Amino acid sequence: MCPVLPVTVAASAGGYTLFGVLVMLVIGAVLGLVLFAASRFFKTDVDERVEKILDVLPNVNCGACGFGGCAAYAEAVVYKGSACSLCAPGGADVECRIAEIMGASVGDREPLVAVVHCGGGTRSAHSAAGYYGIASCRAASVPGLNSPKACVFGCLGMGDCVAACKFDAMVMGDDGLPLVIESNCVACGACVRACPRNIIQLHPLKSFVHVYCINTDKGRDVRKACDIGCIACMKCEKICPVDAIHVINNVAVIDYDKCISCGKCVKECPQGIIVNMRKTRKEIDRLRQPVPGGTS
Amino acid sequence: MQYVKLVIAAVFVSNFVLAQFLGLCPFIGVSKKTSSAVGMGIAVIFVMTLASFVTYLVYWKLLYMPLGIGVDARDYLNIVVFIVVIASLVQFVEMVLQKSMPALYRALGIYLPLITTNCAVLGVAQLNISRFGSGGFAAGLLGATLNGFASGLGFTLALLLMSAIRERLDEADVPLPFRGVPIAFVVASALALAFLGFSGMA
Repeated sequence: MCPVLPVTVAASAGGYTLFGVLVMLVIGAVLGLVLFAASRFFKTDVDERVEKILDVLPNVNCGACGFGGCAAYAEAVVYKGSACSLCAPGGADVECRIAEIMGASVGDREPLVAVVHCGGGTRSAHSAAGYYGIASCRAASVPGLNSPKACVFGCLGMGDCVAACKFDAMVMGDDGLPLVIESNCVACGACVRACPRNIIQLHPLKSFVHVYCINTDKGRDVRKACDIGCIACMKCEKICPVDAIHVINNVAVIDYDKCISCGKCVKECPQGIIVNMRKTRKEIDRLRQPVPGGTS
Repeated sequence: MQYVKLVIAAVFVSNFVLAQFLGLCPFIGVSKKTSSAVGMGIAVIFVMTLASFVTYLVYWKLLYMPLGIGVDARDYLNIVVFIVVIASLVQFVEMVLQKSMPALYRALGIYLPLITTNCAVLGVAQLNISRFGSGGFAAGLLGATLNGFASGLGFTLALLLMSAIRERLDEADVPLPFRGVPIAFVVASALALAFLGFSGMA
C-alpha cells in the first residue's frame, strides 16, 4: 500500500475491491444460471445428422447443389429429403458417406468435367469492335453492345468463368480462351452458370473428343467471323463409326453416350475445331505451373 | 419534440460510425455486400435497443442500490458489468429466437453473436448513463432506449451507404494500389466529412 495515501482512502480502496468482486460474483452467478436455464428451456432439437453431413461435405459453399451453401444442403438432405448425390465437389465419396448417414443407397455416378466449347482465340477469331467497358463477360454481352468478336457465339475472354471457379481449375490462356485444368475440376458448374454465352458445358471425364464451337450460323457466315468455326460440312458425321456426332442446327454436336473417343472426326475436320483432349492436356499441364495457390 | 430531436441527433448529427468513430470494425468488415449490411444493421438496432434498456436498468437499480456500506459501485464497475450483461443478454435473446423465431434467427445469423462486444454497443450504454442521468428514472429509461434504437438506425444508415458505394466500387476502374480496403478507407473518410456537415444542428 502506498504510504502517501491517507488511511481512509486506502481502507475504502480495499472496500471497493471487495465490493467489486462480490458484485461481479453475484451478477456472474445469476446470469450464468439464467443462461443455463434458458439453454435447457429453449433447447432446439437440431437433428444430429445435419451436423454429421456438414462434417462430411467439403464446406466450400460453391452452390453446385442448388442450395445456399453446404449448411443449407445438409438441412435439405435431412429435412426435405433431397438427394444425397447433389454435391459435385465431393463426388462419389461424399455421396457414399451422406447416404451412409441417411441410411440410403447409392447409385453410380459418372464423373464430369467442364468443357469450353469455343476454340476461337485471338489468333483465329476475327475481332469486330473495340471494347473498353467493364472487364466482365456478363457486362460485355449486354444486348445492344457491339460484340468484341465478330462471332456472337464465341468466348468473350474476360474470364468470368475463371473468377467463378473456386477450385483453381480454370486459367486464362494466352490466346484469350479459358483452359480447364481437368485434375482440379470438380464439375460444380459455377463456370457454366457464369458464362453469359453458355459456351461451357459439363461432359463425362472419360470422353476426350469435343467440338470447340457452338456457332449455329451457316458456314459462309461462320467463315466471316472465325478461321476455325464449324461450317457444318458433315464430314465428321460421315466418318464417325458409331454414329455419335451429328450436325444439328449448323454445328457438330457429339452424343457423349455413344462417343468412343476414337479421334477419327478430329483428323477429318477441315476446320480443326474438333479437339482431342489427350493432346491438349500436356499444354494445360504446362500452364498449370504458375497458378498461385493451386490446390491438390 | 425533444424525442424527435434525439432521434435526428443520434442518426445524423452524432452518428456512431461517421461522427463518433465507434464500431468501425464491422463498418469496414461487413460493408462489402448490401445484403449482409442489412443483416448486420438490423442485428445492431436490435442489440443496441435492448442493451440500452437493460444497462440503464442495471445502472440505476442494481449498481446504485444503497447497500449500506458506503460504497457506490457505479463509477468503477459499470464497464465490466455492462459487457457481461450485454453478452449474456445477447446469448439469451439468441436462444429465444432460435426456439421461437427460427426465420429471424437465420436472417440475423452470425451477426448477432458477432456484435456482443462491439464498442458501439458498449458506447451507447455508456453515453446513455452520462446523458440521461438527470430528469427522472422513467424519462431517462425512455430516452436511453430511444437513443439506443436511433443509434442503431444511424449505424445501419452508415453501413448501408457504405455497402452501396462499395458494391459500385467493385465495378469501377480503381487504380490497382487502391483496390479493396484502401479505397474503402478513402470513401469512409469522405462520408465522415459529409456527415460533419450535420454537426451543431441538433
